[in-house]
Amino acid sequence: MTTDAATRPAKRLLDLNLTRSLLISVAVLLLGVLLLESTDRYTNTQLSSLAYYAIAAIGLTALTGLNGQISLGHGALMAVGAYTTALMLDTETPLPFPVVALAAVVVTSLVGFVVGIGAARLHGPYLAGATLALAVALPSVALYFKGTFNGEVGLTVVQPRPPEWFVSFIDAVSGEFVTSTKYVAYLGLFCLVVALFFALNLRRSKIGRHWRAVRDQEVAAEIAGINLGRTRVQAFVISAAYAGLAGAVMAIVARLAAPGSFSIVLSLSLLTAAVIGGLGSITGAFIGAAVLVFLPPWVTSMSTGPGGLSDTQAAQMSPLIYGIVLVLVMLLAPGGVMGTLSTAWRRARLRRLHPATPTQKG
Amino acid sequence: MAHQPKPARRSRRLVLGAALAASALVVAACGGGDDDGGSTDVGLTEDSIKIGGHFPLTGVAAPGYSEIPLGHKAYYDFVNANGGVGGRDIEFIAKDDGYNPAKTSEVVNELVLNDEVFAIVAGLGTPTHQAVTNFLNAEGVPDLTVSSGSLLWDNPEELPMTFGWQPDYESEGKVIGQYIAENMPDAKVGIFGQDDELGEDGTRGLEQFIDDQIVAQVKYVPGNTDVGPQIAELQKSGADVVVGFNVPSYTALSQLVSMKLNFKPTWFYTNVGSDSGLVGSLLEEFSQGAVKGASPLAGVYTTTYMPQASEPENDWTKLWQKVWDEYGDGSPLTNYKVYGMSQAFTLVDALQRTGDDLSRESIVETFEQDGADLGGPNYVPFRYSEDRHAGIGGLKLVEIQANGTTADKTPVLQTDVGDAPIEEYTGDASTPPSSGIPGKD
Repeated sequence: MTTDAATRPAKRLLDLNLTRSLLISVAVLLLGVLLLESTDRYTNTQLSSLAYYAIAAIGLTALTGLNGQISLGHGALMAVGAYTTALMLDTETPLPFPVVALAAVVVTSLVGFVVGIGAARLHGPYLAGATLALAVALPSVALYFKGTFNGEVGLTVVQPRPPEWFVSFIDAVSGEFVTSTKYVAYLGLFCLVVALFFALNLRRSKIGRHWRAVRDQEVAAEIAGINLGRTRVQAFVISAAYAGLAGAVMAIVARLAAPGSFSIVLSLSLLTAAVIGGLGSITGAFIGAAVLVFLPPWVTSMSTGPGGLSDTQAAQMSPLIYGIVLVLVMLLAPGGVMGTLSTAWRRARLRRLHPATPTQKG
Repeated sequence: MAHQPKPARRSRRLVLGAALAASALVVAACGGGDDDGGSTDVGLTEDSIKIGGHFPLTGVAAPGYSEIPLGHKAYYDFVNANGGVGGRDIEFIAKDDGYNPAKTSEVVNELVLNDEVFAIVAGLGTPTHQAVTNFLNAEGVPDLTVSSGSLLWDNPEELPMTFGWQPDYESEGKVIGQYIAENMPDAKVGIFGQDDELGEDGTRGLEQFIDDQIVAQVKYVPGNTDVGPQIAELQKSGADVVVGFNVPSYTALSQLVSMKLNFKPTWFYTNVGSDSGLVGSLLEEFSQGAVKGASPLAGVYTTTYMPQASEPENDWTKLWQKVWDEYGDGSPLTNYKVYGMSQAFTLVDALQRTGDDLSRESIVETFEQDGADLGGPNYVPFRYSEDRHAGIGGLKLVEIQANGTTADKTPVLQTDVGDAPIEEYTGDASTPPSSGIPGKD
């Protein structure tokens, strides 16, 4: 930092943060475009799935990692986003997807606000229990209001069509024909980058510091003038907004919003992704989401093949491997992948700077 | 669904044409896959046909349903060992979707885009398969013999590549309704229905005949295993006949709760929920061994549309037993394996009839042109035509006996959705070819 920066530290810091977040986001966007254009259509669809898992995991990792609230109900919040998207796209001339996604975010945030007000008074296992109830109960809403949500069968989602300018743009860039699969992957990428940008800023902003303060030292935070309840509700609402956006992307990727897609398993998978990657780490959320998307088909294809397991046995392998991975992470790397890496990095740096200092235990 | 008017055939051709054109474009864009002979389509090579399906191989819906792909595989292995279809071996891939529609979408993407299958076969479940019909039709992938009795698959206008297989739930409800109206005119009827297409379509069929006899109608949501309140309500209503439109685990649950409440109506379960082998093992499991016996469903009415594993003297069952003994995994033959092998037989027949110019378009044409003649153990022919993509056109009502076999209560009946009459089917019973393979003697 220059001396100039020291004169107006707050503003410079903000600018620095913004620039930094913007640079990272643009880098991820470019990497995403490169990935999407260099891989086949199937990998494109996997990357679309990665996008919605990652968006939801970023939201959850912010809630749990930064604010210390546990939610087992984020799958249900994704359902709110997905159903909103399904209903809004099911018209003669649907609005552009970004508008629909924004609406999904707003609606889910409202639901998150209501839940968050209740959640603000709860802690740890009680909060987990309450949000678990949300995950179990919310899909039944689709069954109860069958006229609107079409019950168990759910709402078919019409995938958005790529606009003309986009088709010619991609054609100019890579000479490829844009299928709706690829367009959906791009929409997913776009939403992911927007979500990432906000998350990067959030972490380093005043809001993020408040969240951490509330997580680590409730009493100190309150003495410092932070409103505990409001901060908790705020964290839950923002994290719900992420779930809503993830649900919107999931709806167009899966082409259906049905209660069966938003079972408790989804909520648990999201939490698992956040834990495997490392709570509080955005990179960790990406890693966790990638494990969710790429591990099952990889395990299945490894276990079948000539002389391998039967289809059923192979299918049973992936939850098994998944469980083993989770147990191993818990035992060997309780901070998740990113938590362990950053600890290792810090220790290495400490050793380099102060070779005599014994490294911390734990 | 089935009640919509059928618009002009031109628009339908247009959809099919557009779908195929789109898929051709995609194939061209991807470099054409295995296209070396000029006449081959995606998933086809000189000596193989690759097909795939999605099934709940794990999770709550896996008991029973996970055996269907085993039946498919065994039958294809049998056909392959006998020269395959026109010199091509059938390669069948079953992927697990855990009965979760989002997962179905993922695994079907994998089958179509990564494994590049020629067709999707026997995709299982209504909400799950619903997630992929638009994708399959947009990609021009034949979507054959869906494993569900929903009417959603009979929609050639919008889903020209999709074909149902088993009798639809509404026709089944009609047959049960007519039997009750004729033979139990004074019965008070309660309905125990799954809160989805199964319960709804079935109830609609039933109501055509016994609307005034229905005294109670309760629903359950799959996943919620407490059906105590529903059964208690049926008991309170004074119902002495209960018709269940439910899946096997809920047959077991409803029986257990009824035993506890000492509620003993005459039960009707549709074909979907009445597999006595599976229900028996579920009953034993749910009651932790308290309920045992050869057939806990003795005296229960159900329907059947093809010979079952419990009819060892039937020529079809003999064929399935032989195939299963040779190519199965050593476990006993069950109705779910029979179901899978029967679907596989129909598919192989369609492939044989399509012959050398096999393509995604020509197999769909075979289903539409020769669909009613396609072979298989079903008592009543398929309803496939250019205007209909509905499967088997009839069934018969039977009573399950204490030894697990069934006794006929009606002759084989032919019917359709809506106000189509229910008539006795007078055609000959189908017999398997001596080779066990359609088109071969």
